Formats: sequence, structure tokens, C-alpha cells
Amino acid sequence: MNINATLILQSIAMMIFVWFCMKFIWPPLLKAMDERREKIAEGLAASDMAEKELAKAKVEVDQQINQARDKAGEIVEQANQRHSQILEQAKEDATAERGKQVTAAEAEISQAANQAREQLRSSVASLAVLGASRILEKEVDADTHRELLDKLIAEI
Amino acid sequence: MAGSGENLTTGEYIGHHLQNLTFGQHPDGSWGFAHSAAEAAAMGFWAVHVDTLFWALALGLIFFFLFRKVARAANSGVPTRFQSAIEAIVEFVDSSVRDSFHGTSKLIAPLALTLFVWIFFMNFMDLIPVDWLPWVASQAGISHQKVVPTTDVNATMGMAITVFFLIIIYSIRFKGVGGFLSELVMNPLNPKELGMPKLFWPFVMAFNFILELVSLLAKPVSLGLRLFGNLYAGELIFILIALIFTAGSAWFAAGLSSVFGDHIPAWFWIAASVAIMATLWLNLKDKISTKATLWLLLAEMLLVGGLAFLGGQLMHFGWAAFHLLVITLQAFIFMMLTIVYLSMASEHH
Repeated sequence: MNINATLILQSIAMMIFVWFCMKFIWPPLLKAMDERREKIAEGLAASDMAEKELAKAKVEVDQQINQARDKAGEIVEQANQRHSQILEQAKEDATAERGKQVTAAEAEISQAANQAREQLRSSVASLAVLGASRILEKEVDADTHRELLDKLIAEI
Repeated sequence: MAGSGENLTTGEYIGHHLQNLTFGQHPDGSWGFAHSAAEAAAMGFWAVHVDTLFWALALGLIFFFLFRKVARAANSGVPTRFQSAIEAIVEFVDSSVRDSFHGTSKLIAPLALTLFVWIFFMNFMDLIPVDWLPWVASQAGISHQKVVPTTDVNATMGMAITVFFLIIIYSIRFKGVGGFLSELVMNPLNPKELGMPKLFWPFVMAFNFILELVSLLAKPVSLGLRLFGNLYAGELIFILIALIFTAGSAWFAAGLSSVFGDHIPAWFWIAASVAIMATLWLNLKDKISTKATLWLLLAEMLLVGGLAFLGGQLMHFGWAAFHLLVITLQAFIFMMLTIVYLSMASEHH
């Protein structure tokens, strides 16, 4: 176990290896590692931001859906109102029409009844005369009994 | 056992394993490799441990190319698994530096990374069975081979001394020459604050200087020797376990020696280990069932040296598992202390 010049040569070898490491190994490795660290940090930050934005978008979508729902409700409400309005209108129209028709029919009926009554009246007069003459076997003078006949007709 | 071709005693075996491949000038003036510890010692200071430097450089280059490969391909996109692993180490070192060092320095983080990974790699060589690489080297005609650079005090102290110089450079850079010197002589007893007469100042300052010098010099010495001591002790235990392998199977060696002669060659042990590894590997690949594997392992164990060999394997495995903690911890401690020393040097206290 002798101390000899190996000591010096080993010392020189060490200096050279340290210099190699300083020059060719340490800087590129550290640079790559730092760059990767930055990249990862950026990626994480970006994903955080994206998550926040997603949440924001979700809230917005919810709002829009709610708005749309409200609007749809309104439209249905309006349609319902309009529907009942139209129905009401139609009912009124129909009622008026019926009234008109009923009045016309009544007028026609009373006219026909009047006519029939007039006919009946005239026929009753002649029938009465005929009947009386048959009873009396003689002709009743229509003019002589006019007063009586008119009284009879008016009584029918 | 090291494949030297002749019978070694236990002492010789250990000594051989603890001997570096030393290149230097022999006392007679010729240059060459030392063939024994005595020859290596006779070479004096101007000799080098070729094996230590070779493995240190090789492992340093592995560190460099491994990390350089990732650094070149690194971008801010999705990382590959390998890149993630490397980046995890870098991140770990970076956070250690940030926790302890509060100044600004472009040097300290790469320094810490280099020390941590390089020392870990050098320590890791300890887990390779002690005879393997020396045996390969011996086949190539190299007589001695110590493959763990951090078990060579020259390597650990060489790094510690570099750190020591950095401590001084940082002290001067952050506090100036005056600040550095005043820290050496005005601590821990500050004569100004204590209101001493000027007459006593030189004595107090001399006293302070002695104390501070010891604490300053203790930093590199403890740094280098701690790493060396831990790894050297670990290596020694691996060598002792390797001895048990052969000693335990001595009764079987008689049978083997009738085939191989007096000394069982190292390749035999390597072949045995390879056979066992192949068995385990085949099992992991689902080529053979676990039950067949166990019978095969038992047969191989008996064939190559009896149950003592299995005992040696288990001991080796146990110590290696424990040592895995040691080598990581020691690399971490060396790195951490370097950071702490440099941050102390750059802060006023």
C-alpha cells in the first residue's frame, strides 16, 4: 500500500470527468428536466382552466334551457287563450244564428196559421150558410142574415 | 486462485490480491512492472498503479458515455425508462445540493453527480467475485490486478485532495484571502471579541491556527480514508470468503488434483460458476422446471466441490447483498461531505 503518483493522476482524472459532466451532461439534462416541468405545469393549468370554462358553459346552457322552457310555456298559454277566445266567438255566432232562424221560422209559422185561420173563417161562413139552409130547407138569404153570420164568424 | 500456476499459501493468496499492478523505475534504473510488494515499495513515489488508473478511467468513461447518451437525447417530451432512471439520479443529486449548498455555483452540482456515480461504479467492482478479473488478466500475462480503484488509497486520497483544493478555492472566492486567513487565526477564540490586550494576540492566533489547521486538514484525510477503509475492508472479506471456497472443499480437491495436478486452476471455478448461472438462467427463461433446477444445482455443487462450495456461494451472496448497501452509502457520503465542506467554505460562520 504505497502512496505514489497514482494520487496525482487520479486527481487529474477526477477534474477532467467533473469538467466533462459540467460541460456535456449537467446542462442539457437539467434544461430538459426544467422544460418538462414547465410543460407539465402548463398542461395542468390549462386543464384546470378548461374545467372552469366547462362549468361556466354548463351554467349558461342551463340558463338557456330554462329560458326556452319559460318561453314555450308562455306560447302554450297564449295558444290556449286564443283557442278559448275562438271557441267563445263561435258559440256566440252560433247562438245568434239560431235566434235568427228561430224568429224566421216562428214568423212563417204564424203567417201560415193566420192564412189557415182566414181560410177556415171563410169556409166556416159558407159551411154555416150551407148547413142552415139544409136545416131550413130553404135558401137562407145570405144578405139577410149577414149580421148573424158575421157574428158567428167572429166567434170562431 | 489468481491462476499463477503455482501453489499459494493463504497469506500469499491474500497478499497477491492486495498488490496493485505497479509501474515505475526499479532501483537499478530500469523501468517496468513491480513483481512483488517489496519491488513496488522500492519504486518510491514516482510509480503508478496501472490497474487502479485503468479501472478508474474505464468506469469514469462508462459514466460519461451513459449520461452523455441520455443528455444528448434529453428533451421535454415523454422520457424513456432509461432516461427516467438517469434523471432520477440527477434529480436526487440536484436536490441534495440544493438542500446543503445555498450559494451559487455551476460547479458543485456536476461535481456531486460525477463523484456519486463514479465512486458508485468503482465501488461496484467489489461485487464481482475477486478471482474473475485477476484470472482473466493473468491469462493475458498480467501478474497483479486489483480491480476496485476505491480500495487503493491513492485513488480515494487523490479525489479527496482535489476536494481539498476546491475547499481552499471556494473559501478564497467567497471570503477573499483575508477572510480565509482570518477564519484560520481568529477562530474559535476571537481575541478581539474577548477584549484581550494586543500583546496576547499572537499567542491566541497561533493557538487558533493550530486548531483550525487540524480541522482543515482532517477534512480531506477523513474523506479519503473513510471511503478507502470501508472498501478495503469489504474487499478483504470477499477475499477471505473466496479462501473458504477452496479451503472448505479441500477433501474434494484431492479427487480433483488427480485430474488437474496439485493446484486446481481458476478456470475450473469459473466454469463451475458459469454452469450454475446457466442453470439459473435457463430456469428464469422457463426452459427447465424449478424442481429440475434444484436437482441440477445440487448435482453441480457436488461435482465442483461439495457443499462447502455452496456454503461459500451463500456467504459470498450474503456479504455482497450487505456490501451493496455499503458501496451505495459510501458513494453518497463522499458526495454529501464534499457538498457540505464546500458549502461551509463558501459561508461565513
